[in-house]
Amino acid sequence: MRTFLFILIPLIFVCTGCSDNQSPGNHVIVGSKKFTESVVLAEIVSQLARESGVEDVEHRQDLGGTRVLWSALVRGDIDIYPEYTGTIREEILADRNISSNDELKSILSGYGIEMSSPLGFDNTYAIGMKEELAEKLGINKISDLIDHPELKFGFNNEFMDRNDGWRGLQRAYGLPQKNVTGLDHDLAYLGVESGDIDVMDLYTTDAEIKYHNLRVLEDDLNYFPEYMAVLLYRKDFAVQSPDALNEILTIEGKISAKEMIDMNTDVKIEGKSSAEVASRLLQDKLSIDTNPVKETFLGRLYRNTIQHLFLVLVSLSAAILISIPLGIAAFRYKSIGSAVLGVVGIIQTIPSLALLVFMIPFFGIGTVPAIVALFLYSLLPIVRNTYSGLQDIPNDVRESAEVLGLSSLALLRLIELPLASRSILSGIKTSAVINVGTATLGALIGAGGYGQPILTGIRLDNMGLILEGAVPAAILALVVQGFFDLSERVFIPAGLRSKN
Amino acid sequence: MIKFSNISKYYGKTTALDTVDLDIEGGLTTVLIGQSGCGKSTILRLITGLIKPDTGSVEVSGEKLGPENLKQTRWNMGYVIQEGGLFPHMTAEGNVSIMASYLGWSKEKIRTRIHELCDLTKFPVEALSRYPFQVSGGQSQRVSLMRALMLDPDILLLDEPLGALDPLIRSELQTDLKAIFSELKKTVLIVTHDVGEAGYFGDKIVFLRDGKVIQKGTINDLLERPADKFVTKFINAQRSPVNLTEGGG
Repeated sequence: MRTFLFILIPLIFVCTGCSDNQSPGNHVIVGSKKFTESVVLAEIVSQLARESGVEDVEHRQDLGGTRVLWSALVRGDIDIYPEYTGTIREEILADRNISSNDELKSILSGYGIEMSSPLGFDNTYAIGMKEELAEKLGINKISDLIDHPELKFGFNNEFMDRNDGWRGLQRAYGLPQKNVTGLDHDLAYLGVESGDIDVMDLYTTDAEIKYHNLRVLEDDLNYFPEYMAVLLYRKDFAVQSPDALNEILTIEGKISAKEMIDMNTDVKIEGKSSAEVASRLLQDKLSIDTNPVKETFLGRLYRNTIQHLFLVLVSLSAAILISIPLGIAAFRYKSIGSAVLGVVGIIQTIPSLALLVFMIPFFGIGTVPAIVALFLYSLLPIVRNTYSGLQDIPNDVRESAEVLGLSSLALLRLIELPLASRSILSGIKTSAVINVGTATLGALIGAGGYGQPILTGIRLDNMGLILEGAVPAAILALVVQGFFDLSERVFIPAGLRSKN
Repeated sequence: MIKFSNISKYYGKTTALDTVDLDIEGGLTTVLIGQSGCGKSTILRLITGLIKPDTGSVEVSGEKLGPENLKQTRWNMGYVIQEGGLFPHMTAEGNVSIMASYLGWSKEKIRTRIHELCDLTKFPVEALSRYPFQVSGGQSQRVSLMRALMLDPDILLLDEPLGALDPLIRSELQTDLKAIFSELKKTVLIVTHDVGEAGYFGDKIVFLRDGKVIQKGTINDLLERPADKFVTKFINAQRSPVNLTEGGG
């Protein structure tokens, strides 16, 4: 009976979350990268879509980077997102030699993607440093950096890796600096402020340039390409929701660099919500009166909790259902045993972020790839503990059981699994706690959960928001641990519990 | 009842049994005796099918032991080992009744049988609800014996069943076991290295050395007509307090 419960309870969890139906035309998914400008632009798009009469507009914000957004758009996981022409040329289509905007449009069309006209401002990369330091060293342009190899550089991870990022810049200017660190863009501002790094990459519309009193170095070799903000959207979105698209495209050419910097400043420095800021711009420029949806703290907490629990319960339940039989098979058939343990062990060594991104080509973005990644992560502790729990049954007990003449299934059910139950349960407990923590990374690929406020909090340097994700995640980990401690009373036979 | 023909068993380079032929007669108590590692436990493990012989075959009740009849043959054997081998997650009652429940006996039938066995083995009925870690070593062995007898098998195999008990408990259990054997008249096979115990239980004694049967007979045969000097040496090596006070050794 216990064994059946073991299997049944997780199954129920799996089945309660299977429905997710969407009708095209009345559902728009807008994506944004994890920096404020992208989130604000996507918020403008969302509000315009809502204004056009679309009821269900979803804004998946703070997704982890260009590749994630682009794959999601091509796969149809999102309908539209703000991008920059330079990024499209130099990063997304880096292997193509694109000479004109028309050519760019025709190549995008091959992917089923269309590009709007520029929104009105150029947000190119720039290199900056603290005004006082630049003044002291007499640095005004990027080529001045050649004479200061001792300077410490800290660049956004994406900038470090991109073709048009650090490597290209280093080649173009012949920069000698060796001390170059990759870090989060928002952390780089803190690094420059504290003096841990001297030089960082900037976006020309960053609000912090003024706030942190940075000098933007002149790109004297014209290395950085143009980064006009545009919207990328799917052709089938244009076909299914022409009204929504027309409404959205009214923003083309309406946002100046100054207005973008102001909006960024309002959100990042003044602490206003991106929805509020987007709404004010629409009021000013298009005389559209939108009512930004304002989510309360409790509403947000509830939504994040549901999303997080869903990720954890589904992935963990599936892991339990698969891992216990895998562990049993590994124990019964020694020949495949080491292979099974080896494979699940290797999966565990893949960094969680990398595993999440690996999932995108197969499962797109959102809940499904996050669940698959979490599932894979949860395998090892359960498989290994099932295996070792069975392996550790004392020989005299095992032989006494074997000699009874039970079928091998009955032997497993009546003797082996109950004796291994403590070990199996502790494996599940380990998996569950790891799972709750790792699930916070799911927000990077649009799965939501407690990671969402953490990501937004890091982006806005808002400790309150970070805690809004971190504290419930920690509490959930404790609750899960407590739940499994209690479940020992159900799953571990009394004769084993009283010992130790 | 149990017949070994030309049985050899090797563990790596070690020979556990070397071309052994052996006939265990039904209804008698046969004791396997010899030094540690002489192959006596291997014989029990071959009969129970826990291991397979490298040469030769084992016959139980006229049938050659193989995968096809292993389960049914095991239902006709009871197996008791030194530390009892009780399942720690089950109560004494659970341990005793596991096979009867598995085979679908009614609750009533199981209860009646367990009470019979409690009488037979002098195990207190009120202790049936205890877990193995809650009963003493001697009681554990009584539970283990009840488990072995539950299906009323023809064959009872005991591998050093009293080896881990202190002398008083041991002697008490010896007395009880002997009474049970003579009451039930089953085919009993006991492994021990204790000569006194062998003589006390054994209708027949099989003396093993280095994987071979050296002598088969009664205790008197071993004492009076030892097959070789080693038999005598083995018997004399087990000092009794009487020998000690006489200054012998």
